[in-house]
Amino acid sequence: MHTLNEPAAQVPGRTALARRVLPYALLSPAVLVTLAIVFFPMIQAAWMSLHDYILWKPKDFTFVGLKNFAAALQDEVFWISLKHTVIWIALTIPAQLLLGLATALLLNQQFPWRPLARALIIIPWALPSVVIALMWVWIYDANYGILNEFLLRLDLIRSSVPWLADPDTALYAIILTLTWQGFPFFAVMILAGLQSIPKSYYEAASLDGAGKLRQFWHITLPGISGVLVTAVLLRTIWVANSIDVIFVMTGGGPGYSTYTLPLYAFIKARTNLDFGYGSSLAVLFTLMLLGLVIVYLRRAGRTVN
Amino acid sequence: MMVGRKSLTKRLLTVDLPMLAILAFTLGPYLWMLLTSLTSEKLLFTEGPSFAGATVENYIRLFSTVGFLTNLVHSFIIASGTVLVGLSLSVTAAYSFSRFSFRGKRYLLLQFLVINMFPVVLLILPLFVMMRVLGILDTHLALIIANATVAIPFSVWMMTSYMNGIPRSLDEAAMTDGCSRLGALWRVVLPLCTPGIIATGIYIFITAWNEYLYALTLGGQNVRPITVAIQTLIGEYEVEWGLLTSGGIVGAMPATILFLIVQKRLISGLTQGAVKG
Repeated sequence: MHTLNEPAAQVPGRTALARRVLPYALLSPAVLVTLAIVFFPMIQAAWMSLHDYILWKPKDFTFVGLKNFAAALQDEVFWISLKHTVIWIALTIPAQLLLGLATALLLNQQFPWRPLARALIIIPWALPSVVIALMWVWIYDANYGILNEFLLRLDLIRSSVPWLADPDTALYAIILTLTWQGFPFFAVMILAGLQSIPKSYYEAASLDGAGKLRQFWHITLPGISGVLVTAVLLRTIWVANSIDVIFVMTGGGPGYSTYTLPLYAFIKARTNLDFGYGSSLAVLFTLMLLGLVIVYLRRAGRTVN
Repeated sequence: MMVGRKSLTKRLLTVDLPMLAILAFTLGPYLWMLLTSLTSEKLLFTEGPSFAGATVENYIRLFSTVGFLTNLVHSFIIASGTVLVGLSLSVTAAYSFSRFSFRGKRYLLLQFLVINMFPVVLLILPLFVMMRVLGILDTHLALIIANATVAIPFSVWMMTSYMNGIPRSLDEAAMTDGCSRLGALWRVVLPLCTPGIIATGIYIFITAWNEYLYALTLGGQNVRPITVAIQTLIGEYEVEWGLLTSGGIVGAMPATILFLIVQKRLISGLTQGAVKG
């Protein structure tokens, strides 16, 4: 640091100014572009949500204030979608977390093919969500799907179940798919957390006669708690936002049985071309997520400093 | 000797077998799709997928009748374009974040994080309107811009963390030898973080390659990347699962292979921040 500061002290004025401006100059391309393609559109979305704006009537852009929001609160589909979003998060995240934790604990053991297992486990993460959706639609297929055949052979069901066509099972079928897609992320994050716990803690604990379970409870869990919280927050935000898998698998159907809030906003805009109402749904949903985002940013902000 | 064997059995039961079960769950669906894609359409609905009559007939049809090659080219142009935009804008920003302390740094850095937390639907509608006004809907440029909304912030974070790993003393040494700031960035820091740049670039490529909602909404007619093309196969060829699954395998191949190549470096970069936090 000293070598850096000395010349500045000797040559004040232009150099010092340049030094103060340089960081901003280096940042400006990225910042300006994100302002243009992210923050400006976000404001535009908030603006559109206050208007009656239907895309095939382009001249019609009347300011209606909070009308769209009031309409949403009285919209039955809004509440159905909200309920599904909650169920969807409440089931998917714990399932991903538990499966990821089990996987990470296994991958943290010594066994000869560990590197291979670690590489293969993350394959779902790399697949395009369209491919994942398609793959699971085929698995769930009522006539030829492997899931039905598997369950029939095990005598767990009597006749084929049309998993995605039945309103009672469709949402849960998609939750299973999403669990499959997302648990490798938890596994990888938790594994990194496990590896940062010093081995000596376990040695000391076993010298003191602590069993495996006590070690897990008193060393492992506290050791990975930071990672767990971060991973859960991040994943909750992502899962809440994700639309593509449901959109390809069921398009929200049958009926409204797999609608989630962001999907509803997307469908409203895409099929009804009702951009005003669609954006107000998107804005409402964003406001709901905001709490989580703030908690996450607080944690991340600490790492920055 | 006895102890060794006993612990081997124990290890098999408590580690290897559960791990195999989880791997079966992880890879099963993918292998099932692969197997389906290798079964001819006729056999598929009479005897089900099997390796016995493995054929590449579905793949040939995919390229000869559906024009999948064009879709692959579209995806390639969009993903490469996104990598170029993402990396070129973020390298200087990351250098600034990693080497200087200045007013507002924390907020500027956090705003790049915030962007990724917001729902795609919030951005997709205004981007659609904006691009319609600019007349660039359904072009490669439109999808590159849309993907850049994700790529730039991600890239800034990744590159900052890589650059933090390069000792400051190296650029200081270069500057005492007469390099300017930017000279030090160009000659010392950039070459040292080439592996990081490659890993970040590959991850952007994978994300852009896999992206679907933007592609569907802002493209889809003239510019139809593979994700959209695969999805349209569902409608056009209702029950042709052989064709669909082979499309899935081809579409997933580049991203999967790239991911397996860089997974080690990528994961250490991705988890670094999380473990500290």
